[in-house]
Amino acid sequence: MEAILNISQELGRGLWVTISILIASALLAYLIGFIAGLSRLSKNIFIQKFTGLYIEIFRGTSLIVQLFWLYYAIPMLFGINLGSNWVIGVIAIGLNYGAYLSEVVRGSVEAVDSGQTEAAVALNMSSYQKMRYIILPQAVRMMLPEFGNYTIQMLKGTALVSLISLSDILYYGNILRSSNLSQAPLIYLVVLGFYFILALPLIFLTRKAEDVSKKGVAN
Amino acid sequence: MTKPIVEYKDVHKSFGETEVLKGIDLDIFPAEKIAIIGPSGSGKTTIIRMLMTLEEPTAGDIIVDGRNLWKMKKHGKMVEADEKHLRSIRGDIGMVFQHFNLFPHMTILENCMTAPINVKGENKKEVEQRSIEMLERVGLGDKIHNFPSQLSGGQKQRVAMARALVMRPKIMLFDEVTSALDPELVGEVLEVIRDIAKNDDMAMVLVTHEMDFALDIADKVLFLDDGVIAEEGTASDVIEHSENPRVQEFLSRFRS
Repeated sequence: MEAILNISQELGRGLWVTISILIASALLAYLIGFIAGLSRLSKNIFIQKFTGLYIEIFRGTSLIVQLFWLYYAIPMLFGINLGSNWVIGVIAIGLNYGAYLSEVVRGSVEAVDSGQTEAAVALNMSSYQKMRYIILPQAVRMMLPEFGNYTIQMLKGTALVSLISLSDILYYGNILRSSNLSQAPLIYLVVLGFYFILALPLIFLTRKAEDVSKKGVAN
Repeated sequence: MTKPIVEYKDVHKSFGETEVLKGIDLDIFPAEKIAIIGPSGSGKTTIIRMLMTLEEPTAGDIIVDGRNLWKMKKHGKMVEADEKHLRSIRGDIGMVFQHFNLFPHMTILENCMTAPINVKGENKKEVEQRSIEMLERVGLGDKIHNFPSQLSGGQKQRVAMARALVMRPKIMLFDEVTSALDPELVGEVLEVIRDIAKNDDMAMVLVTHEMDFALDIADKVLFLDDGVIAEEGTASDVIEHSENPRVQEFLSRFRS
């Protein structure tokens, strides 16, 4: 019991890094998700193809390799510094999950019944007004559960930043293990516990989101 | 003689290889009530959808109040209309759909208020009052804060009519508005349309399968068959006294 407490105390030092990276990268991913998702629906072929390229590249390659690209390769190739490790971690996770979320956004907007668009036209709404007042409010309800699911995945994805020497929960777990090999099973059990407890409120919110999304949508 | 508010001039419409409308000529006068009847697939709905700017004609012109709906002048040439041009004209036109198409995330009062406020920029208080009056007129004054999902089909369709009327259109289009309703709910919806037809001076075009109803309210009935207006005249001319065998065959299906 005491061993668990000691481990927890040590892991707790990485808690804020994990949480802050989750929040920042989730916000970035939501923003990118909306921008790229709506761009994908644009009538402008260039914008459409360009975002399509972004989405397929980031969905089609691994997050950890993208992280290493931003951390090791890009600074060497182009001589640009992308900022602190924290910033690089946030950008990598944000870009990667933004690509997934943009498909959720696109799919939800397309899933709104076409009769809704026709009613908006019959009320003489502009394309913008139609999106703003009719389509998006319904599409967002449909997106909520998927946004919840991807946020839970993002939480787990943050563990990768320990590989670019950010001191998150897993980072402290690894340090503990290296100085105390025999405790490895217990250490990683507590690490799992940490992630699970962090995920609980997100799981709960996702459930709530599913209830909300069942109401108030035409399809 | 008054001038027509809408003129169709040799309007054609194809979907892919299929020509649905093969040259429609039609005048709609202010306050005129027109019923369009005919077999399904004959293009009835397409006629009014083109006026609502939901479908673009393949050829021909639709003139609304002297202005070409689907074409506009640009650098001295007639080109395809853009959204701005369409919006400047279609504000005078309202439509009620077969499947209601109410906005499910808004109360029925909000359904009525959103367009006058957000599209026409009208005063909120005034619009609210007008919307409530309109919902009372269609018999839903006690349901204004309900959501569409809490209403029956007939009630939904009455909300849809109130929503269109609050915009004060000069022309109202009704696309088979009772076809998706349970039979016992058809009456309440027709009653509202009858009330509008008798008391409002806007033009109305109804695509309908309700023959008795068409006979009752329509000034003019069009029988559409295979993409052309096969018969045109007063309601009793077409529905009661037509000698056209296609019309008789069609109508016989309603008299059993």
